[in-house]
Amino acid sequence: MIELLFLLFAAVAVGSAINVLVQKHVLYSSLSLIVLLTAISALFILLQAEFLAVINVIVYAGAIMVLFVFVIMLLNLPADEDGADRLRWLKLIGIPMGLFLLLMVARTVWRVEGTAAAPDLAGTPQAIGASLFTDYLLPFELTSLLILIALMGAVVFAKKEL
Amino acid sequence: MIPLNWYLVLGAALFLLGMLGFFLKRNVISLLLSVEIMLNAVNLTFVAFSSHNGQISGQIFVFFVLVVAAAEAAVGLALVIAMFRNRETLNVDRSNLLKW
Amino acid sequence: MNFLWLIPLLPLLGAVINGVLGKRLSRGTIGAIASGSVALSFAISLTAFLQMLRLPEESLPIVQNYFTWIQAGSFQATCGFMLDHLSGLMILIVTGVGFLIHVYSTAYMHDEAGFYRFFAYLNLFMFSMLTLVLANNYLLMFVGWEGVGLCSYLLIGFWFKKQSATDAGKKAFIVNRVGDFGFILAAMLIFWTFKSVDYVQVFTAAAAMPADQLGMIGTLTAICLLMFVGATGKSAQIPLYVWLPDAMEGPTPVSALIHAATMVTAGVYMVARSAVLFDRAPGALLVVASIGAATALVAASIALVQTDIKKVLAYSTVSQLGYMFLACGVGAYAAGVFHLMTHAFFKALLFLGAGSVIHGMGGIQEITRMGGLRKEMPWTFRTFLIGTLAIAGVPGLAGFFSKDMILAAAFVSPNFGKILWAVGLIVAGMTSFYMFRLLILTFTGRPRYTHHDVHHVHESPAPMLIPLIVLAFFSLVAGYVGLPIALSGTHELIGEFLHSGAPAPDGAEHVSVALEWMLMSASILAAGVGAFLAYLFYVLRPDLPGRIASAASALYSILTNKYYVDEIYDAILVHPIVVAAREFLWKFVDVLMIDGAVNGIGKSVRSLADGLRQMQTGYVRTYAGWILFGGVVIVAWFLR
Repeated sequence: MIELLFLLFAAVAVGSAINVLVQKHVLYSSLSLIVLLTAISALFILLQAEFLAVINVIVYAGAIMVLFVFVIMLLNLPADEDGADRLRWLKLIGIPMGLFLLLMVARTVWRVEGTAAAPDLAGTPQAIGASLFTDYLLPFELTSLLILIALMGAVVFAKKEL
Repeated sequence: MIPLNWYLVLGAALFLLGMLGFFLKRNVISLLLSVEIMLNAVNLTFVAFSSHNGQISGQIFVFFVLVVAAAEAAVGLALVIAMFRNRETLNVDRSNLLKW
Repeated sequence: MNFLWLIPLLPLLGAVINGVLGKRLSRGTIGAIASGSVALSFAISLTAFLQMLRLPEESLPIVQNYFTWIQAGSFQATCGFMLDHLSGLMILIVTGVGFLIHVYSTAYMHDEAGFYRFFAYLNLFMFSMLTLVLANNYLLMFVGWEGVGLCSYLLIGFWFKKQSATDAGKKAFIVNRVGDFGFILAAMLIFWTFKSVDYVQVFTAAAAMPADQLGMIGTLTAICLLMFVGATGKSAQIPLYVWLPDAMEGPTPVSALIHAATMVTAGVYMVARSAVLFDRAPGALLVVASIGAATALVAASIALVQTDIKKVLAYSTVSQLGYMFLACGVGAYAAGVFHLMTHAFFKALLFLGAGSVIHGMGGIQEITRMGGLRKEMPWTFRTFLIGTLAIAGVPGLAGFFSKDMILAAAFVSPNFGKILWAVGLIVAGMTSFYMFRLLILTFTGRPRYTHHDVHHVHESPAPMLIPLIVLAFFSLVAGYVGLPIALSGTHELIGEFLHSGAPAPDGAEHVSVALEWMLMSASILAAGVGAFLAYLFYVLRPDLPGRIASAASALYSILTNKYYVDEIYDAILVHPIVVAAREFLWKFVDVLMIDGAVNGIGKSVRSLADGLRQMQTGYVRTYAGWILFGGVVIVAWFLR
């Protein structure tokens, strides 16, 4: 039963990822990305990381993707294509290389043995919070600094005149 | 229980797709979207490992990846706006002044 | 006796002062510093010599080691000086004659722009020569050897703006180099055989070795032959004499000091110093004597037809050096050194006299344009006459006794002695002839120069005449230290003085008094015949030389062209070397290979960089492609 769910969500994820690449207008690509994020969140729930699943939807799909769409709308972009692609050869070389990489990784990864009996792990907010505010307190504080810097940088870059 | 390597293969496939998108698309915003795909694939891998090994630190790391992705998206889009204002185009091939 | 080091060092100091500060000093100061340092050296040498005379024979030689120069494993070379009878006599000659020539030069070179440079070089030469003579090991002697070669080059090319002068300087240096190569090989062989280059150690070890046989070339013969090669270079014997006539391009005091009295005698000194080695190598001695005799003959024959006053004296020097080597070659080292001493006096006198003539004639050197100078330059004439009498071997003057000692030793020598004696006798006759020819043509007869050519022929100033007079005095009296037993009845002073301690060569006959008288008469006869012929040819029948020249025109042109030796050397040696150097070493090795390699490295780096920079396309996507490529490679490597 649970495998079916996995396969369903996996297929949705891969399909929407491919769609991101295939779409011509960048707005459709971002909408596909939102679908991908939702599929990933579902997989998180399957892995008993409920807190992260919800956070993924709220922050990633809810805030970041909204930002993307906002900018796309702001710039009022036309459909893609700006003349012929000068670097056509990249397609020819890149896709085989990428597939080769995937095959190699998959071949190795396939042999990884998971633990026989999965220990019971609750991805609850309590568990995450307990670890986050004790062992990883310093990185946590630093990320707040990081966000502050990103905020300032974004404002500076986007200004019309400094 | 779903075996770990299924998740890992899925993560690898998503990562590959993100990578391909990165150098096949010409729109700068598409590049940023591809980077987001890659980050998500990594998140999936982390959570899979965390779940199968019983350690919470994998999920903590995902937390941080999320934060960094947010910051990066914000700054990146600001750059996109600045670039669009100067060049009227979002074709990344047009920004090739830093060459030999 | 620990002030020996002052003897060479004072001229060195003079050279440094004059060389560095000379431009700002006055002519008088420069001359005073230069001559004064040599005078002080002479005083110290004299003091040392007199002190040495009072010491018993066994305490000689006096060796002063100053510091260890080289210490490499078992090889050690010190910087030290040695004073014995031989080196004592040499330093007196060098400093004495050197001082007189320095004084002469202050007047002769008075109008030269490079006055200070001349005296700096001259003092440097004195330093090198004194080091050569005083050294107590072969390596230090070689330092002095090279030093005098260098100074010779500098002084020959003194008028460096004149192409012929610089060419002559180069020729002297290069030909000397060939000889020096022989010297170096000899020094190495000495070290290899005796494990030392110190005189005392080498000579005591050699005295214990058996002598080589006449026909074979043993170690000792090889050493001596190689040393003699060096001597032929420095002392202008066959085959390396060709530089000395060209060296007349230098100022006349240089010719007097270096190419008559001192530097060219370094070879003779070296052979005399190494007498212990040579006595045990009869083959080498024969070679020395033969080459000495042959050189004497060839050079004298060329001097017969020369018309430049300095060239006559140059070939005469080569010829007299041949005499000295002839003496050493028959084992009579004392006779060779005795002739060295007397020759220093009268040859320096002759050269300085020639300089006086040239100075008075305003630069003319061709004797065909001179004549009758004894009226305008009486003192020059008188001293030149004394020099001529001395070199011709007129009895009573210095040259007679030294030449006689050599001929007597040659006559009684076992190996081809009579032949060597005969050659020596002929050369004595030729010497007399060409010297009297020189005297007659230059000073007597009617002047062949016009008043248009030479404005005012005048006698030379006092600083030039006084050295001439002093040297003339010594040319008169210096011979009496070498009175043969036949005449004096007592010892042959100089012979015993320079007795090297080696036994007489085997088979030498003892010179009886009767034999002595016969030989003396023969040489007086030869000298007389030569003088008479000169008188005949140039005073009584002046048409004879021309007629003989046209009758034997082939022989005459061979002589005037110096047997074409320079041309032969040029064709066989010089030209192939120049061509090889130009075509192979320069055009191929240097330009193509070395420059090609160096430039090639630059070019290849450039093309490599040219290729690599294509990576920087400016497109973000290609960069991403490279990242992917790198990732694939690394993953493939680790997951293989």
